[in-house]
Amino acid sequence: MANKEKLAQMAHLMRRAGFGASREELEERVAKGYEATVEELVNLPAKRPEDKAGPFAMVTRYHPSTLLPGGVPTLGQASWMYSMVNTDRPLEEKMALFWHHVFATGNSKVDNCDQLLEQLDMFRQYGLGNYRDMLVQLSKNPAMIFWLDNNENHRDAVNENWGRELLELFSMGVSNYTEVDVREASRAFTGWTITPKIPRLPYGRFPWRFEYKEEDHDEGEKTFLGYTGNFNGEDIIDIVVKEPATARFICRHLYNFFVADEVQVPAWTIEPARDEEALDMMMTAFEESGYEMTAVLSAMFNSDFFKNARFAKIKSPAEVVASTLRLSGSWDLPKPGIRDIGLQPGYMGQSILDPPSVEGWYTGREWINSGSLLARINFVADHVADTSLPGVQSIISDMKAAGVSSPEQLLEASLEHMGYLEVSDETRQQLLDHAKNGGDMDWGNEDDAGARVGEMLALVGATTEYQFG
Amino acid sequence: MTSTKKDPVIVVLQLTGGNDYFNTVIPYNEPLYYDNRPAVQYRQEDIIKVDDQLGFMPAMGPIKNLYDQGKVAVLHGIGYADSPRSHFRSMDIWHTCEPDKVGTEGWAGRLARELDPNKENVLSAINFGHGLPRALVVPGVPVAAIADLETYGVLTGISDDQQRMKALDLFARMYSPAVGSGMVTDYLRSTGMEAMTGADIVKVAPEMYSSSVEYPNSPIAAHLKDIAQVYLADLGTRIFYTQHGSFDTHAGEAGAHPTLWKDVSEGISAFFEDLHAHGTGENVIMYLFTEFGRRVHDNGSGTDHGAAGAAFAIGDAVKGGMYGQYPSAKAEDLEQGDLVPNYDFRGGYTTIIEDWFGLDAKPIVNGSFEKHSFL
Repeated sequence: MANKEKLAQMAHLMRRAGFGASREELEERVAKGYEATVEELVNLPAKRPEDKAGPFAMVTRYHPSTLLPGGVPTLGQASWMYSMVNTDRPLEEKMALFWHHVFATGNSKVDNCDQLLEQLDMFRQYGLGNYRDMLVQLSKNPAMIFWLDNNENHRDAVNENWGRELLELFSMGVSNYTEVDVREASRAFTGWTITPKIPRLPYGRFPWRFEYKEEDHDEGEKTFLGYTGNFNGEDIIDIVVKEPATARFICRHLYNFFVADEVQVPAWTIEPARDEEALDMMMTAFEESGYEMTAVLSAMFNSDFFKNARFAKIKSPAEVVASTLRLSGSWDLPKPGIRDIGLQPGYMGQSILDPPSVEGWYTGREWINSGSLLARINFVADHVADTSLPGVQSIISDMKAAGVSSPEQLLEASLEHMGYLEVSDETRQQLLDHAKNGGDMDWGNEDDAGARVGEMLALVGATTEYQFG
Repeated sequence: MTSTKKDPVIVVLQLTGGNDYFNTVIPYNEPLYYDNRPAVQYRQEDIIKVDDQLGFMPAMGPIKNLYDQGKVAVLHGIGYADSPRSHFRSMDIWHTCEPDKVGTEGWAGRLARELDPNKENVLSAINFGHGLPRALVVPGVPVAAIADLETYGVLTGISDDQQRMKALDLFARMYSPAVGSGMVTDYLRSTGMEAMTGADIVKVAPEMYSSSVEYPNSPIAAHLKDIAQVYLADLGTRIFYTQHGSFDTHAGEAGAHPTLWKDVSEGISAFFEDLHAHGTGENVIMYLFTEFGRRVHDNGSGTDHGAAGAAFAIGDAVKGGMYGQYPSAKAEDLEQGDLVPNYDFRGGYTTIIEDWFGLDAKPIVNGSFEKHSFL
């Protein structure tokens, strides 16, 4: 395989398994090899104590109010965006975003951003682990318990919200269980609650903690999906993870998030998968490994269907913002105005840590409307055309060193730096016609040359093709 | 409707976060108001009396002036049964008119589709703010989203005029319809063209605009000024949408709530003054709503999420006055400590859609609901 093709393939992997990579990083990774890179992304070393908090520590040092009881929602969003941009464990962060899509929990109700950041950390810690363990953690997660009212699920007054969503949205998918199963699952989770929230006022919000209240747990016999016993919550999870519907549902989510846009989740019971064969392969890896996320992710990233799915997805707003900030190198350190980077995905229709409902976001083309499209295009253009940003400067010097001279070369290099973007012949011709207006590059005038590079990067970012990732 | 009459226009102003109804239109002779609001009450002498029972909170002076001119209708007890008391879900219900299931189409988007079925004008409906509220989202219905009129457009970061013109020219070519580019790309192209066309048309608005009216310095006044400019430029926009907030006054309500209403009241007053100064505005009504009211009893510093609220219709064509009944604040009449809604929010929309726009409201609001006669 030619080196350029290897770089393009690596760019694809890094877009999906992370938030994009600079040319320099791509070259380093290509030198290591594709499969070795997958291995490195998926099988992360345990965190050392000093990097336990990761980029988050940097945000809290400069913005201690992130850690106030209750947190500050806009800073919570900013701190996550900052982590997406600066993480050195890209797949861990990407999986946190994946689980946030699937286990969508929102500050609109939780109204306690600290708890959502804690949930996010749980996603980081368990997101690449065993799916069963993840579900157990999720069941004990205070933000989730409050979000789906399990603190209102009592022995004598069952609240089905959590029990239902566990089955419908977090594991099996609709139509694979009965209303009785919902009821029985909910009974099994009675007593799984949070310590009473101290009245917010006058002291502000306080952290919640999981608490199992034995006296509030329904000890009666339950019949769930054909099994009968005195089930507790973990027993329900043990049954659920073994259901074939669960493997299919989770793998289809992974496919939709990492490989190619699927129809929206509510249509999954009606429409076949985009690639049944691929889904089968993922399900096998998932089940044979005993529901290890690393197994299914490795199998997926190393598969041909993944490698052949370049630009088969509309980038989510979080991906647009994080990859642009990563590329332009504008947020290597916290600085004033950091709130804005957390708000930007919301302007494009994805308010992170605040999904519209427990069903999460509609994805794919649903991300696009006239307002969000302009927000995407202008955000990317404003960054990649800003020649004062270190990432843009390094692209400019790279092009200069590579002797980029003709309009053709300028366009080619710009497409490469924007992630080896593949464009249609028409788009290429139109961009080239535009580049030709400026003639050959004049590196003698550094400012003008830099500005031309910035403009070309911005125009590449404005194409329809760049909306895909 | 005669042909010389201008097309009816609506400005929807969403009070985001849950405005405290009990502290906005206040039953000032009701001891229960003072009993329930030890921490966040307005003093009786500061309340602007409207009749012998109800008054506006003190920052609503400019709205009271419009009320006295018969241009403000207050819709009492508006909401729906079983308020989920969640911001998002409640707002979603108001946006989609679907209290029992998750809806995907917004009522204002549907109205836009009825008003411009052939999509002749990409500016039939405009949101002023970032992104689109679900109220305006209907697949296939173009709606513009303008955060700031001055800077709205494609590739606005390019400051050199000539260079930008060339970039826009390129953009137009890249986004023009093409055969066989695939469904999603086709959709991207048409959306991009709509956005660019809209931006191109709308940019005349600030160029044409001049006014002797000074708007106050607040985000909502800035949006209303943008709306006035687009309206005055006569670009055929029928639905303007914007929001102000956050009215989510769990804490510090005594400080925040008056500021919020000061900004809203002064902004609205300047907006109508501006329209009148240009000899127009008679075909504009404004509709203010919020996702829910707040808990009757305060929490020591603010109020928590509640149920029934008030909506306001304002404009020259509005038949001013109080509509409906103020829900009882007696302890035994409350649900979970909240005022109980007694007027379905879809009735407010129905009144507007039928009596202002002259359209059938049923398919837009998903059913038949009692109207009030404020139009």
